Parts: sequence; C-alpha cells; structure tokens
Amino acid sequence: MAVDIYKYLREDKLPHIWCPGCGHGTILNSLVRAIDQTDIDPDKTVVVSGIGCSGRAPGYLKFDTLHTTHGRAIAFATGIKLANPELNVIVLTGDGDGSAIGGNHLIHGCRRNIDLTVILFNNQIYGMTGGQYSPMTPTGAVATTSPYGNIDQDFDLVDLTRSAGATFVARGATYNPRQMTKLYKEGLEHKGFSFIETLDQCPVNYGRKNNIGGPTEMLDWQKEHTVPASKWEKMPEEEKEGIFPLGVIHRKDDPESEYTARYQQIIDSFAKEDE
Amino acid sequence: MAKGDKVTLANSGWCKRCGICVHVCPTDVLKLGQDRVEIDDIDKCIGCENCELSCPDFVLKVVKVNE
Ligand SMILES: Cc1ncc(C[n+]2csc(CCOP(=O)(O)OP(=O)(O)O)c2C)c(N)n1
Ligand code: SF4
Ligand code: SF4
Ligand code: SF4
Repeated sequence: MAVDIYKYLREDKLPHIWCPGCGHGTILNSLVRAIDQTDIDPDKTVVVSGIGCSGRAPGYLKFDTLHTTHGRAIAFATGIKLANPELNVIVLTGDGDGSAIGGNHLIHGCRRNIDLTVILFNNQIYGMTGGQYSPMTPTGAVATTSPYGNIDQDFDLVDLTRSAGATFVARGATYNPRQMTKLYKEGLEHKGFSFIETLDQCPVNYGRKNNIGGPTEMLDWQKEHTVPASKWEKMPEEEKEGIFPLGVIHRKDDPESEYTARYQQIIDSFAKEDE
Repeated sequence: MAKGDKVTLANSGWCKRCGICVHVCPTDVLKLGQDRVEIDDIDKCIGCENCELSCPDFVLKVVKVNE
C-alpha cells in the first residue's frame, strides 16, 4: 500500500519557502514516513523548533506545533514533556540552533535523558542568515564569517550527545532517505533522549561557496564522505579523518532513568504518603 | 514498491527544478523541463520510489498503474 504522506502535511502552506534542492524538505519527507510507520497517535504528538530555515519545518506539519525562539526548542520541549509526559515530543533543530546558541540545552537534555526525539538538520552552516559558520562547519571551510577558511574545529555531535547521556544516538544523511526513515522511526520509538544528526545540504550558502556544487553534487559528496557505522569501527584512525559514520551509533535501553519517569516516582511517593 | 508501479507528478506545481529526482532515478525516466520536472519515458520506470523519497518538495508519487 502506498503511503499517504500528504495527510501529515499542511498542504495549504506548500510549496515551502526552502530553496531549490535544500535538504530540509527531504528530511521532512522521511520524517512523515517514519511517523506513519510507528503507532504514535498524531493527536498526541507535538513538534517543536527554534529559529532558522530548519525552524520553519514544523509549520508544514499537521500536528500541534510550536515555533519557538532561537536555540530554545529543547527547553520548550522539556516543559511540554514534563507537563504532559504522555505526549510524543519531536524537536527539529538546525546545527546553529541546536549546537551553537542552543548547545547548552542540548547537553542538558541528554544529561536528563528526557524522552524527546531530536532531529538536527546538519547543513554545516547558518542557512537563514546568509552563511555564517556554525560549530558544525568543518575546519578550513569557507563561510561569510570565515572568508579565508574556518579556523575553528567542528563538533562531533554524535560523540558529544553520547557522552552527555543521550540513550539513542544516530546519524543519517539526506542522500539515503530510506535509512533516515528507519533511524527516525527507531528514535521515535525509543524511550529516552533520542538524537539523530542528519547530514543535509544547503546548496546556496555552503555547497556552491565551498566548490562542492549544487544539490546533486552535495548528495554525491555525502556518499563519498560517509560509511556505515559497523565499517567505521574497524577503520584505521588515519582513514577516519573527514569521514562520517552513519547508522545507529549508540543505544541504551534504560526507561527507568528517563527524566519524566523519575519525576513521576517522586509524585507517586507523595501520593503514597497521602493515603 | 510493487511490480508495475509507476511515477506520477502528484504536485507538479511545487517543483523547484532542483534535479535531485533526475539524479537518483536509475533508469532515466525523468527530465527537467523549462519550468519543472517532466516524465521523459514512463515505460522505463521500475517504480523504485527513489525519486519520491528524495524529492524535497513532495512533487512525485509512485502509484499503481491502474490507480
Ligand atoms: C537570539 C537570536 N540570535 C540570532 C538570531 C539570528 N539567526 C536566525 S537563524 C540563525 C542561524 C540558523 O542556522 P541553523 O540553525 O543552522 O539553521 P538553518 O537556517 O541552516 O536551517 C541565526 C543566527 C536570532 N534569530 N535570534
Ligand atoms: S538558505 Fe540553505 S538552508 Fe536555507 S532554505 Fe536555502 S538551501 Fe535551505
Ligand atoms: S526532486 Fe522534486 S523539486 Fe526537485 S526537480 Fe525533482 S520533482 Fe522537482
Ligand atoms: S520510481 Fe524509480 S524508476 Fe520510476 S521515475 Fe522514480 S526513480 Fe525513476
């Protein structure tokens, strides 16, 4: 049976504002398919974003959605989840939104292992504001704020979120939408903090300025610079430079350490005292 | 994906002519027209859904031929 993805989209808001070939649309495409494959109730699902081109994503989704301030999506999502733990809360964030201004919320969300599904649109640049470098821009890359090449080191967000306590950590890439859907589905079903970084293309402010090219050349670039996580583990260190492992990278099933579950235990302990 | 499935332009007005679908199609079914994507040779379509899954603009849909 063909999947009807249009029922999850606010069709009156389409076509979306993203540039031709922007990977954000492919992420949205894969996400609605992942939601369709789970049995989560659309009426009990909230999608939250911050600011950026990626921040526009929830506006195209037919769920309860919240477009918040720059970097604060995880903070708002934490509030939603704590107040109503039965809701499925999905955060859509950019690499600037989620790892620069919102980096602190990201690590503390991981530390609490709160049951959110966070999809980070990693196009390695601030798209919306014209191509300033982000903490995910590779060393040496050209951005409007690093015209001679970026001297910063980029984060490895998979390592960072795993060390900070996230219990599901994965990386996908827009050149492989089937894998993206699979990873999003697993992240949605996981109880605890799920983080799925997704390599994404901004042809306008990154690809063309770094001589990679337009959308299709950027997808080919992803293919050439990624390997399955299982292969990555066996690779010699010197071959790993500039290559990203894809797939599920870390998973720990420990629903009792989840934040709202722990909070509920406190509430229950008072209910017992009242008896 | 099932045998006999074929691509259709479900929302051709949303196409931004990015070329991704043409790039991921294994059998050269699609081409870029003046303003948007066009089906060049539907007989070659194997219904693999690569184009539908990769399109950032929800333009393409693979359906049963008799649908
Ligand atoms: C407090 C605050 N600081 C700065 C901005 C300007 N601003 C808007 S979007 C953005 C960066 C967006 O980049 P990213 O999160 O990577 O998303 P993309 O646009 O690439 O999808 C910035 C710095 C803002 N809106 N609010
Ligand atoms: S500027 Fe970049 S991230 Fe923003 S819509 Fe255009 S291609 Fe996408
Ligand atoms: S991928 Fe979608 S938007 Fe891009 S050319 Fe093909 S149909 Fe048009
Ligand atoms: S379904 Fe497959 S074969 Fe048919 S047009 Fe799309 S990519 Fe090409």
